[in-house]
Amino acid sequence: MTAPWESVIGLEVHVQLATRSKLFSGASTAFGAPPNSQACPVDLALPGALPVLNREAVRMAVTFGVAIGATINPFSVFDRKNYFYPDLPKGYQISQFERPVVGAGKLEITLQDGTRRTVRITRAHLEEDAGKSLHEKFAGKTGIDLNRAGTPLLEIVSEPDLRSAAEAAAYFKKLHALVRYLRICDGNLSEGSMRCDANVSIRRAGVESLGERTEIKNLNSFRFLERAINVEINRQIGRLEAGEVIFRETLLYDSDRDETRPMRSKELSDDYRYFPEPDLLPLEFDTAFIDAARAALPELPDAKRERYIADLALPEYDANWLTEDPDVAAYFEAVMASFGNARLAANWAKVAANWVMGEVSAAVNRDQISFAAIPLRPAQLAALLARIGDATISGKIAKSLFDQLWRSDDPTLDVAAMIAAQGLEQLSDTGALESLVAAAIDENPAQVEQYRAGKEKVLGFFVGQVMKASAGKADPKQLNALLKSALAKD
Amino acid sequence: MDAFASLGQLARALNHGDFSSVELAQEHLARIEASNPTLNSFITVSAEHALTQAAAADERIAAGTAGPLTGLPLAHKDIFCTDGIRTSCGSRMLDNWIAPYDATLVARLNDAGMVTLGKTNMDEFAMGSSNENSYYGPVLNPWDPTRVPGGSSGGSAAALAAGLVPIATGTDTGGSIRQPAAFCGVCGLKPSYGRVSRYGMVAFASSLDAGGPLARDVADLARLMPLIAGFDPRDSTSSEQPVDRLEALALNLDESAAMLPPGLTIGLPEEYFADLDGALAVCLDQARATLEKLGARCVDVSLPHTAAAIPTYYVIASAEASTNLSRYDGARFGHRCAHPTNLDDLYQRSRSEGFGREVKRRILTGTYTLSVGYYDAYYVKAQRVRRLIRDDFLRVFEDVDLLLAPTAPNPAFPLDQLLADPIRMYQQDAFTVPASLAGIPALAVPCGLIDGLPVGLQLMGPHFSEVELLEAGMAFQTETDWHQQHPEATG
Repeated sequence: MTAPWESVIGLEVHVQLATRSKLFSGASTAFGAPPNSQACPVDLALPGALPVLNREAVRMAVTFGVAIGATINPFSVFDRKNYFYPDLPKGYQISQFERPVVGAGKLEITLQDGTRRTVRITRAHLEEDAGKSLHEKFAGKTGIDLNRAGTPLLEIVSEPDLRSAAEAAAYFKKLHALVRYLRICDGNLSEGSMRCDANVSIRRAGVESLGERTEIKNLNSFRFLERAINVEINRQIGRLEAGEVIFRETLLYDSDRDETRPMRSKELSDDYRYFPEPDLLPLEFDTAFIDAARAALPELPDAKRERYIADLALPEYDANWLTEDPDVAAYFEAVMASFGNARLAANWAKVAANWVMGEVSAAVNRDQISFAAIPLRPAQLAALLARIGDATISGKIAKSLFDQLWRSDDPTLDVAAMIAAQGLEQLSDTGALESLVAAAIDENPAQVEQYRAGKEKVLGFFVGQVMKASAGKADPKQLNALLKSALAKD
Repeated sequence: MDAFASLGQLARALNHGDFSSVELAQEHLARIEASNPTLNSFITVSAEHALTQAAAADERIAAGTAGPLTGLPLAHKDIFCTDGIRTSCGSRMLDNWIAPYDATLVARLNDAGMVTLGKTNMDEFAMGSSNENSYYGPVLNPWDPTRVPGGSSGGSAAALAAGLVPIATGTDTGGSIRQPAAFCGVCGLKPSYGRVSRYGMVAFASSLDAGGPLARDVADLARLMPLIAGFDPRDSTSSEQPVDRLEALALNLDESAAMLPPGLTIGLPEEYFADLDGALAVCLDQARATLEKLGARCVDVSLPHTAAAIPTYYVIASAEASTNLSRYDGARFGHRCAHPTNLDDLYQRSRSEGFGREVKRRILTGTYTLSVGYYDAYYVKAQRVRRLIRDDFLRVFEDVDLLLAPTAPNPAFPLDQLLADPIRMYQQDAFTVPASLAGIPALAVPCGLIDGLPVGLQLMGPHFSEVELLEAGMAFQTETDWHQQHPEATG
């Protein structure tokens, strides 16, 4: 019997570093400016222009390195990678070849079923991005936009440690979360802030040696990454089982046809003629630079998740959900902080988590905004939750207040004042509630009969009647009890 | 106005009010206009720009805000980017290119109030030793119009020799300031690598390129150096070595009283003298005697890896050039072929049409030596040999202060003589490329005439010893008048 197929995957992830200026020039890196408005003589590769290294990009690379526990190379070298392409103005890309700034490290990923796996990272190096070729707008011609040319990239290369498309996607997601936590990348996949090349091969389980691999270029979403790898694995299995061989080639994934096919691009070369970039000195820094980056590390997602479980007693699902995106975690923690001291706040953790994962997240999705741009201030949400907690308002009223606060985007709005001004306190005064209950029973004798005949569902009808009469302010728990005892009388 | 007045003399006369900066510029522009149809030392004459600068300089002089060189004219090698004035680099590729910015060197001299008369002819992309590789045609040597002026800064050297400019800039990658200075009977300084910013200097070989001045006497070189030397944040390879000693030298310049530092030891590397032509050997002997008379102790030394310098240089320089010149692809600026049918056609025809023979030869060589399978055997090995050559110098400078050698193995040779024989042409650089590979400064100074043609000595010193070289050169010129000899044809 033949052993099953096993896939072997390694990823090269290009992370666009969130520096304000480019890797080797002072031009802005902001996204979306008119073509070629953010390209200076260095980016245009004008004769005589020279690169000058952006210190902030180096700090970001080192920050990533210390976050994954990698070897940081205090001496690294920039190289020229030579090839001709119109969006590569110098005819070479400045990259790091033999001596990258970040050496070996590792990243732990959590799979869907909760299993954890450690993925080894080979290296991470600094390099500049190319410009963009615009084929659509110019019939028979190609437009070139060099705004992106020279944007700093950190290329993170993994070992072939991933065994399925799902693992690859989990790894990519984990990197995405990490670089956002580190504030070294905006993580905006649709703007190309993270792009991924996947090296894929297959072999029979138990076989040590690797099969011939192919490389799928330029995958920029979790979904496409997973689909492309699965398509490619199946293609390779199909070929090998049909007695054909796999050629080492570079592929593109066509999401419309859901297939991979060979890249016919001039961007590929058999020989990039790497050699040390003579316009730049080797990159050298002292251990103080590394120590500073280590000291400045924020709490990372894994540690945060464990803390939520241990200190806040949140379920693992909630802890994962809340820590995937640093903006979500930051919002959640700001809400928690508004409850006062940590011991007190811990009691609110589950309620706050439910609201962040529920109402807040739904509104964020509805309005298509980021968690960093939520119009409802964390203190306002905390105040709202506190008023539910002490039974001042009902959950229903709270949701309507939530919408008001969200729409108003006004940090001065005070929840207590709003409740008072709009008279939204729950009717928990027994006398007032009792007279509403009595009125409802008097006005609906037929339903009273039905209830007493054993049709207990009619209770809901009475709850609705009283709620309506109280403008939603009745405390549902109290109301239930009062109704039951009133209907049972006679 | 003496066409061969030095920059120092002109500065004194200008401050004295003998003439205005505008008059000075007009006079020089007229001379350039008269000579250029034959001599061809300028690619572009920037008369209008010069007169505007000169008028501004006159105002500064009148207002008392002038610096020591304000209002004095100069010419830039056409490799330095000049905002608004074409920078062709001697190539058809950049025949239509006007830089939108000034090179750091140009900006600093503009700020000093100097007046740019124009851009001088040069071998295409600074690749050549005869100035015959220019898209704009060869420059003639003012001493003998059938001969070359040397290269690649041939236009700057010839313009000085012909009395068209009192000072000019050049670049030296393997001898391109020193060899034309020697061929034209003028002085030239190749500063230490990193001494002068390369920003805005069109790159030939990044790890070797050095900008510097050419002038009639060494004192004028010393006048210009503090203005162009010093760290530039736009050039990562520029040095942070302070320039205070260069500034002090220029400030207290008294060339007639220049002396050698007491106890100066000068080494004569035997490898540079082994097969030296007899007449040239005599000139160097006389120079040695002059320096000894000035108090120097001269000793024979050895730089054992000298013979490896030429092949090492041509591997490294061509490798760097091959990728530095990749940006000339017809896509964004410079020459673009007519009606390209596709991308390959655009690249191939633009580059085939835009580059000359020698440039293509070096791109091919450099591409080859960087290729997989050849990289280790050529480029990596050349880098190792380069270190040996550098170590030769570092070792010998433990024993001697400066080195004395010829600048070139012969006086200016006839036009067309070496054009078909690149290997022999490359041998012209045998005495200049070692200092380039080591990154040390070297000074070329006229030291004789052979059959009516000037020859030059070369002084080399440790890294950042420009002041010592200039002092020695000035002292030498208190005892010699080779720098005051001028070609008869012009003048």
